Amino acid sequence: MNFYLTYVLVATALFAFTALFTLFALYSERKISAFMQDRLGPMEVGKYGSLQAFADILKMLQKEFIIPSAADKILFTLAPIVIFVSVYLGFAALPWAPGLSPSSLNLGLFYIFAILSMETIGILMAGWGSNNKYALLGSMRSVAQMVSYEIPAGIALISAVMISQTFNMQEVSIKQGILSDETILFLGIWDVSSIGGLLAWNIFQAPHLIIAYLIYFIASLAECNRAPFDIPEAESELVAGFHIEYSGLRFAFVFLAEYSMMFLVGMIGVILFLGGWNTLLPNIGSVQLAVWTTGIGWGIFWVLIKTLLVVAVQIWIRWTLPRLRVDQLMSFCWKVLTPLAFLCMLISGIWRLTMM
Amino acid sequence: MKGKLFNVFNTIGKGLKLTLGHFFAATESRTIKPITDDNYFAQKSGTTTIQYPHQKLPLPEVGRYQLDVEMDDCIVCDLCAKICPVDCIEIESIKSTEAIGKTSDGTTKRLYAAKFDIDMAKCMYCGLCTVVCPTECIIMTDTYDRSTLTLNEMVYKFSDMTAAEAEDKRIALEIQTAERLAAKQAALQPDRNTE
Repeated sequence: MNFYLTYVLVATALFAFTALFTLFALYSERKISAFMQDRLGPMEVGKYGSLQAFADILKMLQKEFIIPSAADKILFTLAPIVIFVSVYLGFAALPWAPGLSPSSLNLGLFYIFAILSMETIGILMAGWGSNNKYALLGSMRSVAQMVSYEIPAGIALISAVMISQTFNMQEVSIKQGILSDETILFLGIWDVSSIGGLLAWNIFQAPHLIIAYLIYFIASLAECNRAPFDIPEAESELVAGFHIEYSGLRFAFVFLAEYSMMFLVGMIGVILFLGGWNTLLPNIGSVQLAVWTTGIGWGIFWVLIKTLLVVAVQIWIRWTLPRLRVDQLMSFCWKVLTPLAFLCMLISGIWRLTMM
Repeated sequence: MKGKLFNVFNTIGKGLKLTLGHFFAATESRTIKPITDDNYFAQKSGTTTIQYPHQKLPLPEVGRYQLDVEMDDCIVCDLCAKICPVDCIEIESIKSTEAIGKTSDGTTKRLYAAKFDIDMAKCMYCGLCTVVCPTECIIMTDTYDRSTLTLNEMVYKFSDMTAAEAEDKRIALEIQTAERLAAKQAALQPDRNTE
């Protein structure tokens, strides 16, 4: 019985986290974009508009469920659920701190990637079910984009997995810090097993992973349909893309999925490349900074800080770069990112065999 | 190829630097100055939003916004209603039985305005009415924000007469006209008799 209770509690906590994060990200995105454009952003609801996101959600909750008469009712109703659940399930395998992971799957990364791909189906369902040309165009673009960008993203992740030799996200994290059993070599030469900190992160264990991380980061932007890869929802051409016909709570779920996806892809990158819950600070002689800042509380803190920084960069990029054209998007993916990702994978193999 | 790649990173970097610069400059916000201020364009950084209902740009005294009519000076000549390109002014006049008084510039008033409505929802702020007004009683003011809940409230009623008063004047006019007609006919009658 307790067994199931824990499951329910963990699931509820994760859901609460995604919802809270979405509200927070919504507000911070509006504020950041406003400041970048010399505006003030929301200012009226609460101090400095801090309750604006709650007001927005309250408004959405009150709204009517509108199903267009020409829509495919089953697909239309199911789509937001499929979209959200596929992202939400991805959180199951992410470790938050040493010994703290909702589910320590052996095939964690594999599972996350598989379950994230399901979102594509949800988007296609939404686009097709809406029976709206904009929605359909948006979802077709989205599917083409997400399926294409999963290849460089996946291969970039694989090159990190080759260094870590495991799909288990918790073990990947352990192998990037002072809790590791194996020796960790900074740039393949200097033993930093007991120093830890920044120096033990995957991108510093094998420096070509910096490129792999860049590839993954760019591809992850495309996967969560963020600018400059937001052609599926291109406001100026497709109005809102696949979620144009949605209203009220259903729209809120699509939104929730989008922002949770931002956090999820950010966190996957953080875990595989930037040390996960491992501390930033190395041990320096008798000043055991890494030892002092490792633990459950610290783990959650570090992983949150790192991921929020990545999300902030995503937002920063969104409000800076213009949208790519469809053909540019595809040629960039297939002609630049994919070969580079393969190159990274090759170097990873060589690195693993020769340097580690 | 190499140059192109460099260009890509260079331009992305420039863009990101620009937005980040604005982001950090947002700690300052623009001070609100009237446009007549010499330093109006001096502030180059910081947020520029004016939080409207709480903050307002100072206006010059002679604004060209909503119309106002000084009824004491109005001689109800109807010129403003005639020149109005969008027909937003509606005037109904009643002839007075005697001279009502004088406007501030000395013109004698001979008409009552039973109705003087300006529909601000229609007004296009061209200001032609203020130009043609012989007594300069219709003017543009510096009021620009008069939000209303219903469209009807956008019709500004300037007439200072009540419906009862207007009716009185109308009846007085009718009696006077009837009297004059009777007097005229009475004056004509003896002629006919003599014929």
